[in-house]
Amino acid sequence: MHLLVCGGTGCKASASDALEDKLTKELEEKSLQDEVQVVKTGCFGFCEKGPIVKVLPDNTFYTQVKPEDAKTIIEEHVIKGRKVERLLYLDPETKMHVTDSKHMGFYKKQIRVALRNCGFINPESIEEAIARDGYAALAKVLTEMTPDQAIQEILDSGLRGRGGGGFPTGLKWKLTAKEKADQKYVVCNADEGDPGAFMDRSILEGDPHSVIEAMAINGYCTGATKGLIYIRAEYPLAITRLKIAIDQAREFGLLGNDILGLGFDFDLEMRYGAGAFVCGEETALIHSMEGERGEPTFKPPFPSVEGYLKKPTNVNNVETYANIPVIFLKGANWFNKIGTEKSKGTKVFALAGKINNVGLIEVPMGTTLREVIYEIGGGIKDGKKFKAVQTGGPSGGCLTEKHLDTPIDFDNLIAVGSMMGSGGMIVMDEDDCMVSMAKFYLEFTVEESCGKCAPCRIGNKRLHEQLELITKGIGSKADLEKLRDLCNVIKDTSLCGLGQTSPNPVLSTIDNFYDEYLAHVEDQKCPAGVCKDLMQYVISHDECVGCTACARVCPVGAIAGERKGPHTIDSAICIKCGACIEKCKFNAISIQ
Amino acid sequence: MAKVKSLADLQKLKADLQTKVDLREKGEGAENLVQIKVAMATCGIASGAKQVMEFFMDELEKRNIEAVVTQTGCMGYCYAEPTVEIKLPNQDPVVFGDVDIKKADEIIEKYVKTGELVNGIIPQNYNTIDE
Repeated sequence: MHLLVCGGTGCKASASDALEDKLTKELEEKSLQDEVQVVKTGCFGFCEKGPIVKVLPDNTFYTQVKPEDAKTIIEEHVIKGRKVERLLYLDPETKMHVTDSKHMGFYKKQIRVALRNCGFINPESIEEAIARDGYAALAKVLTEMTPDQAIQEILDSGLRGRGGGGFPTGLKWKLTAKEKADQKYVVCNADEGDPGAFMDRSILEGDPHSVIEAMAINGYCTGATKGLIYIRAEYPLAITRLKIAIDQAREFGLLGNDILGLGFDFDLEMRYGAGAFVCGEETALIHSMEGERGEPTFKPPFPSVEGYLKKPTNVNNVETYANIPVIFLKGANWFNKIGTEKSKGTKVFALAGKINNVGLIEVPMGTTLREVIYEIGGGIKDGKKFKAVQTGGPSGGCLTEKHLDTPIDFDNLIAVGSMMGSGGMIVMDEDDCMVSMAKFYLEFTVEESCGKCAPCRIGNKRLHEQLELITKGIGSKADLEKLRDLCNVIKDTSLCGLGQTSPNPVLSTIDNFYDEYLAHVEDQKCPAGVCKDLMQYVISHDECVGCTACARVCPVGAIAGERKGPHTIDSAICIKCGACIEKCKFNAISIQ
Repeated sequence: MAKVKSLADLQKLKADLQTKVDLREKGEGAENLVQIKVAMATCGIASGAKQVMEFFMDELEKRNIEAVVTQTGCMGYCYAEPTVEIKLPNQDPVVFGDVDIKKADEIIEKYVKTGELVNGIIPQNYNTIDE
């Protein structure tokens, strides 16, 4: 018998360590330590009801277990085999105790659709992919459906593009399908560029065949016989595994001429990007593949009409493709039951920042931020206070406490001033300065702007300069309004998605953290204590014993004082390196 | 490998491979076969998954334990890389997190040899498409 005790940070905060000790001691007292082991586990994703104890092999799931409950569990459950009713999970709907975790499906907030094979199959083995239904959807579509029927299935599923824009995938296919041309192309956009997002890389590294299969289906539906995968050269492992997968698919006759003897030809090629953010925009991506500069061009003409080499081209993102085979195998009606009214299916998010369970998760659309951050994510690191979460990377916005219960889907996120983007979620706590955060993202966009249109090239540069000044405490309330105006102009007049969304981090932080901006410009203070120029190192004369350690370590000679007398820091000289604080044994130096 | 020439071919191939995988997982005829999957995506490799995988392969052989060690993609638990899934015959798979060489050794000695669980289990907290 095993007693699994949750050792996730959330449960630790509610005394799971003490509980574990208590259980071990109780077992020793009863001389049961050889028959029953206490084992510490990672997070169960149910921190709200922690600490959790799971008993194996009967799968009993106890919630909110206190150290003093240890005795009861051992005496009742372990010795007498009777479950401790009061510690069982109470189903909020039926008000019944749930006796084993196998019947607690509702507590599993995640469902893995796009990630179905990641972490299960050997990505370098087509056999394992086929054993888990790889290429079965392609076979089904080729034998049972006309291209129109297959497109209709995708339309019915309600699948929307996972790259960020959320454009209906079926409609995109339909637009390319209706064009007449001697050659059409389907493209996989694997130019994942948002800082903090890595779901596309994980899918390509973990399940490359799902993308290859979906591209072949896309080819059949749109009438394209050639597919191109545009992937950034910084993803060497994903590239290697894709190449292996493509070779295997060719060897098995699942790519190439006359696939499955059904007269359908389709083959794939790889194209490497140099890692420019703007090349995630489909027209820039297409130009880059053609060997031109990676610059966007005005739409229309849309790629479905005039794309790669001026031929009709359908571009979809990696995660979008990974969903396609499941839709055909399970049916559009299975898929469109997951999610919200206008956003169907699941979304993969990359959780990063000040969160305990950093990682990849996949949740149904409509899951709230609170569920993602506090239950699946295990809450904020080191017990700090949640401040904001940035979704959609540099194009998105930050969401705060008041948005925690907003169901996440394409439209809701836009309504609250952010966006889905590719699914990066960077969590920030009370120690993060929102002005600095906005500045960080602007730095990224300034660097990544291709420079073609003035609003993005010049406007973002000016925005960044303005933010730089604010972090130094220079500016006024009126400047904040100017900042807002400039943001709106850039949004309205930029050529492509990069510029149209780049001011979002600034706008959303001004909206949600106006006081913090004001504190910088009016009081010359950074409430989070991040902006160096607004901090002052001060020596408390009550604590200082005059040991001179700080004065000796100061690299710029900013500290003066008599030996055995109180010392003082000259703020005009101090570079805020923090060396003095580290050296002081008397905690006499503080930041104000 | 001969080409898959028709739908029937693909279905037959799937059935064959499925049986092969099932056989391996259910351990029929190979009661002592332990299956070990090491998450080898960029994140895992960066945290040392390659060394851990080599350790499993070398040590299991040295210690005369019949096992299949394979690589797989990202399991999603970046906070606990390297992650390793162990499937003992006739049992549900168990995922362990933060598996360094020391932990790998403990896993072999305790879990693989005696079925005794060790600290660091990551509970499955998601549904699959078949549930």
